[in-house]
This record gives sequence, structure tokens and C-alpha cells, in this order.
Amino acid sequence: MSIRQQVMVLYLKSSALDTGVVAWAFYDGTGKTSHMSGDQAEVPYKTGLHALRDGWRLIQASPLVTHAQGSEFQTDYLKYEFFFEKLVEDDS
Amino acid sequence: MTLLNSRQMATFSARGFLRFDGVVPEEVNQQFLAELGDVTEGDVASPEAHYASIMQRGSVPVVPAGISLANAYPAESAVSRLLALPVVAGAVASLVGSKPVLDHHFLHITFPPSYYKRDAPVAQHTHQDSTIDPRRAFDIQLMYFPHEVTVEMGGTRFIPGSHLRRVSEASIGRYQNILGQQHVVCPAGTLLIMHMGIWHGGGANRSDQLRYMFKIRLCPTEKQVRLWDLSDLPDDHLQQRPIFWVGHERTRDPIHSILTEPEPWFEFDTGRLEYINRIKFWRYLLGNESFDADYWLTRLENDFE
Repeated sequence: MSIRQQVMVLYLKSSALDTGVVAWAFYDGTGKTSHMSGDQAEVPYKTGLHALRDGWRLIQASPLVTHAQGSEFQTDYLKYEFFFEKLVEDDS
Repeated sequence: MTLLNSRQMATFSARGFLRFDGVVPEEVNQQFLAELGDVTEGDVASPEAHYASIMQRGSVPVVPAGISLANAYPAESAVSRLLALPVVAGAVASLVGSKPVLDHHFLHITFPPSYYKRDAPVAQHTHQDSTIDPRRAFDIQLMYFPHEVTVEMGGTRFIPGSHLRRVSEASIGRYQNILGQQHVVCPAGTLLIMHMGIWHGGGANRSDQLRYMFKIRLCPTEKQVRLWDLSDLPDDHLQQRPIFWVGHERTRDPIHSILTEPEPWFEFDTGRLEYINRIKFWRYLLGNESFDADYWLTRLENDFE
């Protein structure tokens, strides 16, 4: 019996954990499930807070960064990224 | 030719794509597939052998980057006939002018599971083509689907409204699913015309047939200003409409509404930046730096030395 990590990444509408999910990703260290781009149409949780209530542990949140002068209106990467994990026993 | 109208141009500005379902006649679709040496039956030894066979036939010509589109394809070839269709020629002229050059083209073939020895096929990560591209001018990519694409065939996935985001190609691969993403499921002869910046990726083909998509990237050789059919542009297009406290005046100019329509994946704050970037894009197309929608830029430009 060993411990494996499951990772979920949620992208929210703002820096607040209780705002809606706009994008997401899963990576399963047990190998029991696999995910790929475009494989789901519905959000896994309504908000980040709903994920917490379901037992996901928040391990990283994107910081709020000062807007660089001259590029205040540039858009690029999704801004509000939250990494969650679950540690699960793997009996394989 | 049939030029795009203002609503179509505004939709392209806001969402980064235009879709023309079944616009290519079946006769041309069949010619295109026959020129490849056909192929929907899937009796080819391997993906590598199939690409080599098509390359040897020469039906997709090997042409230098920067060649004039007018000289890129043999007359009467399926691609020439496709490009000559009034609706296709008009859309290309509206977006990149009358003398575009070809950046590159590529025949994307997505093979079904039977071609994979071990692992099942997986979808391509979401990406933006080429590299970081901060230009105001823009290229377009024609995506031609010569046969019907079913859900199982894993048609191209793309994110409407992502085209104005400046990211670095495959860096966005972590974004597995994005609210509002679309998968191309379409009848034969469908054409997607995309802004070069739109986020996209190929789906996994889980059918028993090969899937073909022919992509052509075109670059303008002139400013992309007022190249479309402007006859439907409202007379009061440069006037502002009420905002926030709106009453019944809201839908006077449909283009203002199109440019400020959010996508499901927009964040609260950067969604507003997307409106601003769309308005800047429309200013470029319109050739008028005073255009604004819902006061987003006028408010910011109201400054004093």
C-alpha cells in the first residue's frame, strides 16, 4: 500500500475561491483514471469552495501581480489558477 | 464574390472565427479526397506510409512560404475550386485583402485507434499556433473539413474569444477544458476561418475512419481596413449608447453588442480587458481611432497633459 497524489487545477473568475470555475484539469497519480484535453464539457465544481468541501486540499494559488506599465490591458494566461490535491491509498 | 458584412466582421473580431457549414459542394469534396488517393476506408499501412504516399502524389503542392495565394495551387485543383467559391473568396478578401500570401498549409490526418499499437490516441493539447504575436495586423487560418465529422472523430477543438490573448504556443497545454470550448462536428464541406491567435487542438479520433482537415494560413499584404461590405454599417455607428442604466435603447447598433458579448470562460476583470482589445481591433478594421463601444476606451483616453 502506498500513497499517490491526485491533482486538480481550477481556474476561477476571480482571486476569490468562492467564484465560478472557468477552466480545469485533472492528473491522477494512481493511473486509475486518465484525462485529456477537451474530454469534459461540464465544470467539476461550481466554485473552488465547493472543491474544498469535497475534500480537495488547496496547495497553491496564483498571486496577484502588479500590471506592468505599458501592458496594463494585455490579456494572456488564465489569471486565477488554483492547485488542489488529494492523497489516496494505492493498492495496485 | 460575396464579401462579409459588418456583423460577420464584428463576430470575427469578438470571437475569432467564422464557420461556414457545408459551404463547399460535394463534388469538390470528393475531388479533394480523390486527389489525396482516397482514404476514408483506412486501408493504409501506417500513418507514416500514408503521409508519404500523399506527399508522393503531389496533390498538396510543396510551395515556398510567402508565395502569392493566386499562384499556390494548380488551376482546377480541388483547393483552387474551393478558394474560388464566391463565399470563400469574399471572406478571404474581407479579412486579408485581395492579394494575400500563403504562410503554409498542412494536411492534418487524425488516425483511429486501430493505427496505434499500444496506447489509445489522445487529444492534442490546447495551443496557439506559431509563437507570441503582438501585431495588430492578423493572419487567418482556413480549416477545411472535406468529409462529415462526427463526435467520435474528434474534430478540432477551439476556444471562442481566445484569439487576442498573447500566449506562447504550447504553454497553455495545462488548460484541459475551458468553459465554452467548441468541438467541430460538421457536414462535409465545412470551412472554419480563424484568427491566427485562437486557442485550439485536435481531438482524439475514436471512430473507425481517418479524419482529414486541410489548413491554409494566409497573410495580408495590405492594411486590413474597410475591406468588407460596409453597406450594413449603421449611420450612428460612432455614437455611444446608454450603459449600465439602459432602458430600451440597448440594441440600437448590433455591432456594439457583438463586441461586448462575454464568453463563458471570461474572468470578471479580464473580460473587460477583452472588450477593450476587441474595440481596438475594430478600430483597426474600421480605420477610425475614435470608435468606441460602451465608453470602455473613451473613459481611459480622457486624460490631460
